Amino acid sequence: MSEKKWIIAGVVIFVTVVAFPFWFNLGKAAPAPELELTEKAKELNHGKCVMPTDYMQSEHMQLLDLWRHSVVRNAKRTFVNSSGQEFNMSLSNTCLECHSNKAEFCDRCHDYASVRPYCWDCHIDTPKETE
Amino acid sequence: MNLKYMYSLLAVIVLFLVSYILAGTGMAFKVLFGIILPYAALLTFIIGFISRIRNWARSAVPFRITTTCGQQKSLPWIKPNAIDNPFSKGAVVIRMFLEIVLFRSLFRNTRLKMKAGPKITYNLEIFLWVGALAFHYAFLTVLLRHLRFFTEPVPILVQLLETVDSFFRIEILYDINQFGLPGVYISGLVLLAAVTYLFLRRVFIPNVKYISLAADFFPLFLIFGIAFTGILMRYVTKIDVVAAKELTMGLVSFHPTIPEGLASIFYVHIFFVSILLVYFPFSKLMHIGGIFFSPTRNMTADTRATRHINPWNYPVHVHTYEEYEDEFREKMVEAGLPVVKQPVETPPEETEKKE
Ligand code: HEC
Ligand code: HEC
Ligand code: HEC
Ligand code: HEM
Repeated sequence: MSEKKWIIAGVVIFVTVVAFPFWFNLGKAAPAPELELTEKAKELNHGKCVMPTDYMQSEHMQLLDLWRHSVVRNAKRTFVNSSGQEFNMSLSNTCLECHSNKAEFCDRCHDYASVRPYCWDCHIDTPKETE
Repeated sequence: MNLKYMYSLLAVIVLFLVSYILAGTGMAFKVLFGIILPYAALLTFIIGFISRIRNWARSAVPFRITTTCGQQKSLPWIKPNAIDNPFSKGAVVIRMFLEIVLFRSLFRNTRLKMKAGPKITYNLEIFLWVGALAFHYAFLTVLLRHLRFFTEPVPILVQLLETVDSFFRIEILYDINQFGLPGVYISGLVLLAAVTYLFLRRVFIPNVKYISLAADFFPLFLIFGIAFTGILMRYVTKIDVVAAKELTMGLVSFHPTIPEGLASIFYVHIFFVSILLVYFPFSKLMHIGGIFFSPTRNMTADTRATRHINPWNYPVHVHTYEEYEDEFREKMVEAGLPVVKQPVETPPEETEKKE
């Protein structure tokens, strides 16, 4: 039957497509990226971020959004976290003061999760140069 | 209330609650929902899919089904419709391709209406076509975008798709509410809206409601559940995406792990996906494979030029009328029945000898 070879070709394509992730990553383990903390980050706040770590892992973009809103719309620049500490709400001057190794910290994670924040179009990512 | 969709709705709600509660109780159920069921579901999906295809491939096509939407190729001065009435294999490929990517059959949907007069009119009814296109392409986009969880490094094409899909930077900010970071993927929202429309269509249009079965509602609710939990995770409750990718990468590299700190809602999401995969080969969702086997779409319409031989024909011993008459001619003549060939007058002795 002449259709048989088309059907077999179709089934082969189907299996190849469905198994794409398996053969694409073959032989490569892909553990979560290792994040490097700068000495400054470890010292400044006793090894803690502005908010608890699990909150930072999943919701740091929302925190940044809040900060931006609060600064740009309400002109309030001081953030008080759940344990009463105060921070200056600034992307380049606060986050990147501790996480000044953006490439080994923010970017490593973002590459793994395939997100490309557009913030750096305007915000400077090497804060030392500004001061 | 309509029992057909109430049962499906109830089933999906129960599955949601069961997986949500169990995933929160401990490691054992996380392994079940995060590792065992996804593998089992994928295996069922592939094997089930292939066996359905094998069944279809084995069934014979006894005759050409010439339901076409255009003029067949005939006399040289009659203009044939090459694509809607394909005469060659190449034209069939074009027709199949357009059917698969544009759903042309759905576009032909018309609705009969009585107008004053009384006059019958057939109006173009394109909402099903629009809804189906939105649904299928949104689904495809979401699926392709999910490859970011299953590949490392993420292919450039997937990144490109993400960029295009997040083209609309919808950022809504008030003191009490912020929305828009992480960026909004329009395909996820279109998927949820389209699946909702396809459901409402089955509820509010009486004649569609009449022919809708539980098997039509269940996949809609299930896909609604998948899209809903996905959107919930991304925009509302937030999950640790890096941990989610650790789990999925573990699955595809055959080193399954259960990372810490993954919210239960994630397990609901992949439990729903597992159910969808298992359900797929046994349901109407197989139309993704079935479309290639539609005799009304995949056969050349050249019935006037070539004879289609039924593949299950075997040599049959036939007894033609001529043979029949040869056998019974004398008896027919005796009984006064008309015969085609008149019997040759032979002397009676010879006839007797023969017998
Ligand atoms: C005072 C220094 C400091 C500041 C300011 C700071 N961080 Fe952190 N951040 C840390 C430290 C230290 C950790 C590691 C916490 C841990 O491992 O428990 C961390 C962890 C994180 C993590 C989680 C990484 C992981 O382990 O998965 C993210 C995400 C993060 N920070 C983002 C930010 C963002 C965004 C800002 C600005 C809003 C910010 N940080 C400001 C010190 C800081
Ligand atoms: C079009 C350019 C532009 C882009 C893109 C942009 N910002 Fe800003 N952002 C500004 C300007 C201008 C200010 C006001 C600076 C000020 O008043 O100190 C600001 C202020 C902020 C602030 C508070 C002040 C400070 O020093 O950081 C935060 C936080 C912030 N932006 C976060 C973000 C984040 C997160 C993104 C990406 C999602 C982003 N911005 C993208 C222009 C931009
Ligand atoms: C633990 C890994 C991790 C670290 C570390 C991290 N991010 Fe992220 N970030 C993510 C993930 C994952 C997303 C996307 C979430 C999603 O797609 O739902 C994201 C999204 C964002 C977004 C929103 C982007 C968009 O357009 O959707 C911003 C802004 C952002 N991160 C800023 C930062 C900054 C600044 C740092 C460094 C100080 C940082 N992140 C460090 C994981 C991380
Ligand atoms: C096992 C397979 C799957 C896994 C592991 C998975 C995982 C995830 C995760 C982690 C998110 C959150 C993304 C974020 O926060 O940025 C998400 C979102 C989402 N998922 Fe899935 N998913 C799977 C399959 C599917 C399928 C088959 C569909 C249906 C088309 C689907 C539809 C969605 C939608 C609509 C979202 C909302 C965000 C978006 O538009 O990307 N998922 N999924």
